[in-house]
Amino acid sequence: MKITGGQIVCESLLKEGTEVIFGILGGQILPLYDTLTQYPQLKHILMGHEQGAAHAAEGYARATGKVGVCLATSGPGATNLVTGIADAYMDSTPMVAITGQVGRPFIGKDAFQEIDITGVTLPITKHNYIVTDINLLAQTIKEAFYLARTGRPGPVLIDLPRDLQVESTEFNYPSKVELTGYKPNINGHPAQLKKAAKLITEAKKPILLPGQGVLISGACRELKELAETAQLPVVSTMLGISAFPATHALYFGWLGMHGMAYANLAVQDADLIVAVGMRFDDRATSRVNAFAPKAHVIHIDIDPAEIGKNVRVDVPIVGDARAVLAALNKLMIPLEHGEWLAQLSEWQREHPSLAIREAGEVLPQYVIRQIWEATGGEATVVTGVGQHQMFAAQHFFYDKPGSFISSGGLGTMGFELPAALGAKVGRPDELVWCVAGDGSFQMTIQELSTVARDSIGIKVAIMNNGVLGMVHQWQSLFYGQRYMATTLSCPDFVKLAEAYGIPAANITCKGDVRPAIERAIATPGPFILNFVISPDENVYPMVPPGAALHEVIEAPKKEVPAWSRRNTP
Amino acid sequence: MVATKHTIVVQVANRPGVLNRVASLFRRRGFNIESIAVGGSEALGISRMTIIVDGTSPMVEQVRKQLDKVIDVIKVSDISGENIISRELALIKVRTTSATRGEIIQIVGTFRAKIVDVSSDSVAVEVTGDEAKVDSLYNLLRPFGVREISRTGVVAMTRGTADDGRGEE
Repeated sequence: MKITGGQIVCESLLKEGTEVIFGILGGQILPLYDTLTQYPQLKHILMGHEQGAAHAAEGYARATGKVGVCLATSGPGATNLVTGIADAYMDSTPMVAITGQVGRPFIGKDAFQEIDITGVTLPITKHNYIVTDINLLAQTIKEAFYLARTGRPGPVLIDLPRDLQVESTEFNYPSKVELTGYKPNINGHPAQLKKAAKLITEAKKPILLPGQGVLISGACRELKELAETAQLPVVSTMLGISAFPATHALYFGWLGMHGMAYANLAVQDADLIVAVGMRFDDRATSRVNAFAPKAHVIHIDIDPAEIGKNVRVDVPIVGDARAVLAALNKLMIPLEHGEWLAQLSEWQREHPSLAIREAGEVLPQYVIRQIWEATGGEATVVTGVGQHQMFAAQHFFYDKPGSFISSGGLGTMGFELPAALGAKVGRPDELVWCVAGDGSFQMTIQELSTVARDSIGIKVAIMNNGVLGMVHQWQSLFYGQRYMATTLSCPDFVKLAEAYGIPAANITCKGDVRPAIERAIATPGPFILNFVISPDENVYPMVPPGAALHEVIEAPKKEVPAWSRRNTP
Repeated sequence: MVATKHTIVVQVANRPGVLNRVASLFRRRGFNIESIAVGGSEALGISRMTIIVDGTSPMVEQVRKQLDKVIDVIKVSDISGENIISRELALIKVRTTSATRGEIIQIVGTFRAKIVDVSSDSVAVEVTGDEAKVDSLYNLLRPFGVREISRTGVVAMTRGTADDGRGEE
């Protein structure tokens, strides 16, 4: 029996286990949307903006481990997806983006809403396709999903000309894909594994350094086993947060520009770094030629191109984190690193990076800590990008794999709201907190309409300091306090929330923080909390740009922010 | 570390846009392609690219790995260190007068090049060889007035049986 291109897409999505599609329709994708009426099993969530659709698909993918699917029309619909696709590319998030395209006879004619989206997304997709033959459609979708979720995951885009969506052919979904040029290596090389085990056994000051690859590969159990058997202290990357329980005695925080001072010191003093599923990003390493100067490096990653890209590696192991760690565990004998662990604990005491000072005002660090306490850590936290992101990464202790979802590589402001709603759709029974900055939040604020319409029960905590805080901090510390273009004009977020029909509250004093959080949790459906905080509350510790990882600026001892002075009668 | 010339052979699936994917990768990673030659290969549906780049070994190794990630790329080899045959073809149109024609024909003969077109005031020369040979001939012909030159870029393969085992069937 012949079916249409639109039906082939829907049937294929079902075969791939797709349950939810985030999208916005338009002229050139209309035939596919018309077909969606025949497929109530495919839940479609109408978004406010295509960027939101892409971020929601990312949030969904990172919350479920499945491939996130987003759908947009040609031209502006497709280009609006670009930021979200780039974000997924940088953070290795499995995503399939489907875009409408003008009909085949119009391609190349600069037709209305025609854009060469495969050309545009070439450097930000793992792969992309424009389908011009209906008989290749099913195979293309099969390949797209396979590529998106295997190896190092990433976004794959499929561009579908309008006329192809209504053309008909026989539907045969291929059972497997044949891509001669694509064979991700799963198991580490046995000789390399032996070398790694030997280095670990000989190390006096080892650090186990997991990144997001551990979460993607589902290797948290294997990671914990390695850490516990060999007594390896763990310092994660920022996206590696939650790969190892934050409250575990062997966890010593995350490294990098706003990582814990003791984590950075540990890495700089280590004689061995066992890096797993991470890519030595510059925000993690700081000045790269001064990174971990005394350490041998074992680098486990599924992407061979990441090995040796930024940091010299002694033992490269190309493979899936889970498979490699499982094999490595078989070679490990129980070890002790008592002295080294004692040293790290001492640094932790000497550099209390996570201590929150006593203050009458609402401190963002305090808000995050209270969310952690009120939820007992049983929540997924999704952040945007900026100071609020760093506070959320620092002051909530993530024990559960995948409980922290944030835009790392691309650093996309506006990620939080759509990604949080996507995460909530993926984890309907879990508490999802969207920690937002007032600037970041306003970049995709139109998704409040999506949250309100579908009553997506996320709890939003806006850290409202009236400025683009992270840039404000840089202007304060490195640009002579010349505050150019960082002061924001924010709406009354509570009134705005009410206009959408979402309950909300303002919090301006410390005593109201915890009750407000509890009220938000107790109220069914979405809730928005607007925490009014100081624009001068900087994120510490901080490794200044260009400095070595251990050259950390820590919080001034008795900091009285200018803002609170201004408010003192 | 010293930048040297590397010869990279890339086997790619013969699909629309594949040249764009490969070229775009070089641009994005900040590499200059000195020359690129693309054509068919011994296998159906697979094209072969010979790319000459200038860079340090770690930089070229990084590009090799990045190229390998392109889904349509089937195999990448840096054959610079190996015993290779590399050839380029050039067509050179040189101005001639009755006084210079003899000398030009002599030079062309010395290089085992061919005159492939003759007109009253110019000849077109076809030369095949490694880059150095083409360069030398070009330099010798330049004083006569080179009107046009068209070079294919280098194609290369390893000598003897040290191939990738994919012989013609």
